[in-house]
Amino acid sequence: MSPIFRLLIRRLGISLIVLIGVSMLIFAIARIIPGDPARIALGPNATVQQIAKLRAEMHLDEPLLVQYGYFLADVIQGDLGTSLYTNRPVTLDIAQFLPATIELVLLAGVIMVGLGLPLGIVAARYRGRWPDHLVRVFALLTVSAPSFVWAVILMLLFAFYLPLFPIAGRISDIYEIDRATGFLTVDTLLAGNIAAFGNVVSHLILPAVALALSGIGQAARLTRANMVETYQKPYIEMAQAFGFYPSRIARIFALKPSLIPSLTVIGLDFAAMMGNAFLVEAVFAWPGLSRYGVAVILRKDLNAIMGTVLIIALTFLIVNIIVDLMIAFLNPRIRYSTRTGT
Amino acid sequence: MTRTFRILLRNPLSLVGFVLVTLVVLMAVFAPWIAPFPTHNGAVVDFLNNNRAPSAQNWMGTDLVGRDIFSRILYAYQISLILGVVVLAIATPIGTVFGLMAGYLGGWIEAVLMRIVDVFLSIPPLVLAIAMMGVLEPTLTNAMLAVTAMWWPWYARLVYAISRSEREEGYVLAAEVIGASTRHIVFREILPNCLPAIITKMTLDMGFVIIIASSLSFLGLGVQPPTPDLGSMVAEGARYLPDSWWLTVFPGLAILVAIFGFNLLGDGLREILEVEE
Repeated sequence: MSPIFRLLIRRLGISLIVLIGVSMLIFAIARIIPGDPARIALGPNATVQQIAKLRAEMHLDEPLLVQYGYFLADVIQGDLGTSLYTNRPVTLDIAQFLPATIELVLLAGVIMVGLGLPLGIVAARYRGRWPDHLVRVFALLTVSAPSFVWAVILMLLFAFYLPLFPIAGRISDIYEIDRATGFLTVDTLLAGNIAAFGNVVSHLILPAVALALSGIGQAARLTRANMVETYQKPYIEMAQAFGFYPSRIARIFALKPSLIPSLTVIGLDFAAMMGNAFLVEAVFAWPGLSRYGVAVILRKDLNAIMGTVLIIALTFLIVNIIVDLMIAFLNPRIRYSTRTGT
Repeated sequence: MTRTFRILLRNPLSLVGFVLVTLVVLMAVFAPWIAPFPTHNGAVVDFLNNNRAPSAQNWMGTDLVGRDIFSRILYAYQISLILGVVVLAIATPIGTVFGLMAGYLGGWIEAVLMRIVDVFLSIPPLVLAIAMMGVLEPTLTNAMLAVTAMWWPWYARLVYAISRSEREEGYVLAAEVIGASTRHIVFREILPNCLPAIITKMTLDMGFVIIIASSLSFLGLGVQPPTPDLGSMVAEGARYLPDSWWLTVFPGLAILVAIFGFNLLGDGLREILEVEE
């Protein structure tokens, strides 16, 4: 069995434990709600019988542990209950809204890595000189405001004052696209409609940048710090003594080991984006999971709240497993190790 | 401590951070005296002067019901700082004790505690806080509670990492050999070595806590009107872009300035700490 495969199995095991913990936490949060969930669900005009009936359906009269058991059993079968807000199964709602958010977060992730790593490399290369200071100030500035502030500023500058990008939404109304996958970039390409594809991308850019900004700074700073550390290692000195070009040393010898710690944090940033999407989607009227999440929270729609948080936690765990595998792939000590490393 | 402080202020960026933080704290503390319209922190209505652009009388304009935005920003700073201090004052000791226990005692305590921490860290902080506020009533106390609940695990992990490596150090072994109690070793021997990292993290976290709290109120899940809050001010004004830009831009910049100050300061502290190590 290859070490990477063994690592995958191990990570899946840990993730499963964490996921059970997450389900307990979400269940606990849902039960600290003041008042009777059944009464809240039915509204102020419900009769006593109606409430009693729903209480029985929701197993609210059983002990907490039994209630958790029912909840877990439902979740494992993929049943997240019915949303009180849309009157549809929560899974169906999430399936409808999740693609928009994933599309946004993925592009933001690409922007974060695509700009953050090069900026960090440049800063490390010119350590102590003005590009380094510039990157540092930029990084500190971008993490210094919540993403809704960046969203508002970007919208004001690049949608209102300089009308380069659309103000809100995912696609202009003039395009009729069959939403087969829910990912509009994919759907427009499947339809072969290049103009619509361009329209979708232009809608994506501002929210994605707003979402990525704080991550860009963090990725840049971390990459810089790791590069600087790697440059002090003896093997880099040796490469320099052998007379390799500095650019080659940077690319081949310094970058790869420096990427490993960055990847972990990029994984965490990715998770943070799932949260910050709540803010950015609100500003840009983006019809994603977060907008759904806020809508159901304001209506105290318990099933939908629990489902949304569970799906986000699940997405995050999957991203982390992918990150761990990438680290294992980059790190020969793990890749070739004969025993299970941590 | 004074030496660290002197080194800190020699760095121009840290100095800027120190000045910004001092300014924000002073503005918050003396808000009732600085604010041109001190009554405007509550439910005051002045429709004759509503939605006015910045002028000599209202430096940052007035909001939709005619309240002075500058005055409201000063009072919003009060709320943000109180929230940040309370959250960190509760979350840090809890996280520190858990981290120390897991790191020093090891065994099943370590396994259980760190898995619990993993659970909390596997949900994005903002999502967890949003979910908690979703079921709780949106008040300042509950917002503090929600943010605290998601904040302590980060300290637990930080302290855990340090104390686990300190466990094998000579001075800890020496204390064990002479028969010091576990409590003595944990709090008198290991804890002091975690403090610099904890304090640095607190400075950096002050900004993050304010970000999370303002994000909650931006979504309508935090402090409720008419209490001024930077997040809800931005949310309220965003609908009137681009014409009434002052409604959003000034509260937004106010968040940026305060947090930028804390980050510059915390970043400088961290640098000194790393050099000393």
